[in-house]
Amino acid sequence: MQTHKAKRVVITIEAIMQKRLTDTIEEAGVTGYSILPVLGGSGRSGAWTREGQVGRASGMVQVVCIIRPERLDDLLDAAFDVVETHIGVVTITDVEVLRAERF
Amino acid sequence: MADILSLAADNLLSPVILSFILGVSAALARSDLSVPEAVAKGLSIYLLFAIGFKGGASVASHGVDATLVATLAAGLVLSAGLPMIAFNLLKIMTKMSRTDAAAVAGHYGSISIVTFVAATSVLQGRGISSEGYMVAVAAVMEAPAILSALWLISTGGTEKRMDGALLREILLNGSIVLLIGAFVIGVVTGEEGLASISSFIVAPFTGVLCLFLLDMGLVAGRGLRDVRGVLGGGAIAFGMLMPVIGSLAGLAAALLIGLSTGGAVLLMVLSASASYIAVPAAMRVALPEANPSIYLTLSLGITFPFNLTVGIPLYVTLARLVTGG
Repeated sequence: MQTHKAKRVVITIEAIMQKRLTDTIEEAGVTGYSILPVLGGSGRSGAWTREGQVGRASGMVQVVCIIRPERLDDLLDAAFDVVETHIGVVTITDVEVLRAERF
Repeated sequence: MADILSLAADNLLSPVILSFILGVSAALARSDLSVPEAVAKGLSIYLLFAIGFKGGASVASHGVDATLVATLAAGLVLSAGLPMIAFNLLKIMTKMSRTDAAAVAGHYGSISIVTFVAATSVLQGRGISSEGYMVAVAAVMEAPAILSALWLISTGGTEKRMDGALLREILLNGSIVLLIGAFVIGVVTGEEGLASISSFIVAPFTGVLCLFLLDMGLVAGRGLRDVRGVLGGGAIAFGMLMPVIGSLAGLAAALLIGLSTGGAVLLMVLSASASYIAVPAAMRVALPEANPSIYLTLSLGITFPFNLTVGIPLYVTLARLVTGG
């Protein structure tokens, strides 16, 4: 089966920033992404869990985008403007996809 | 004094507060008791709808007088002004950074709608009536404090602007829309409308509040577990002193306006309570440098339980003493 190289960018960010992030990456031309809830975790800002949060302020989400390698810089520049001052993690991994025309 | 103690004992032994204490105890004992997220959200939607509707229906049957505008204005001034007092108090009592102090101060100008709901339940239990429009005052008091917090930061040389998206999120957050929307439905449909759905929004209200406060107790208990690592003695003392100062400011405003005893209690509670939903969300967007565990732990772990257990009976007694109600 023919496969094609792509980049998978996972941005873990506070739920309250989700719309700001997706608006920004859409403006940068990345219109395909998935949003996943994060159940809990621990990091520099301490441990937390989704259970028992009273507002959206403390929740986290993951925004997952799979893009062609040449669009990576545009996406990261756009995402960095939003995540720079906020709690979160950005990771990039190499992946292979089956239908390149979809990305 | 005996009056305060008797009221405090009655309040502590009510199903509502005992449910809250159960939640706090379970969280402190690290029990796995939890209220599912969607259920907690459903309970809060019910409570906001019920309290808004009942307030609106009460306005429809008792009519609107000049005190409505004055009370709304007082709410605005209190919400915008209390953060200034809180900020200076924090500077004196704690070693918090300017940013953290401004973020915390913003929480203390805004309100906790759950504390407000609990206070209305206490008033109802004691047969003390209040102005129905206090629900609208609660909605008005959510946002100005956030602007004050950002202004406090900008006076230190760090420019923080409120963008249009944030302003819209604050003013149109789900709680405010539901509260005001239900209030308007209550005003439009009046006592007749209330009678037609009272078996749903009046009779089960206290039971639902018990379950909701059980969940809030669990959240507050988890917050309390974090107190030691996050807050110093000065901050903890602030979390109990500031509500009393806020309540006195609310009482003074209520006396100036001429509110009823119940109305005075509710304005005191609104001024005494600290936000833990709207303001933390706004602070995470506008002031991400501020440490969320400080303002959330103070507001949820210290001030919220203080107001529920000690504050409300204290405010009721003070208001009755001063207004003679």
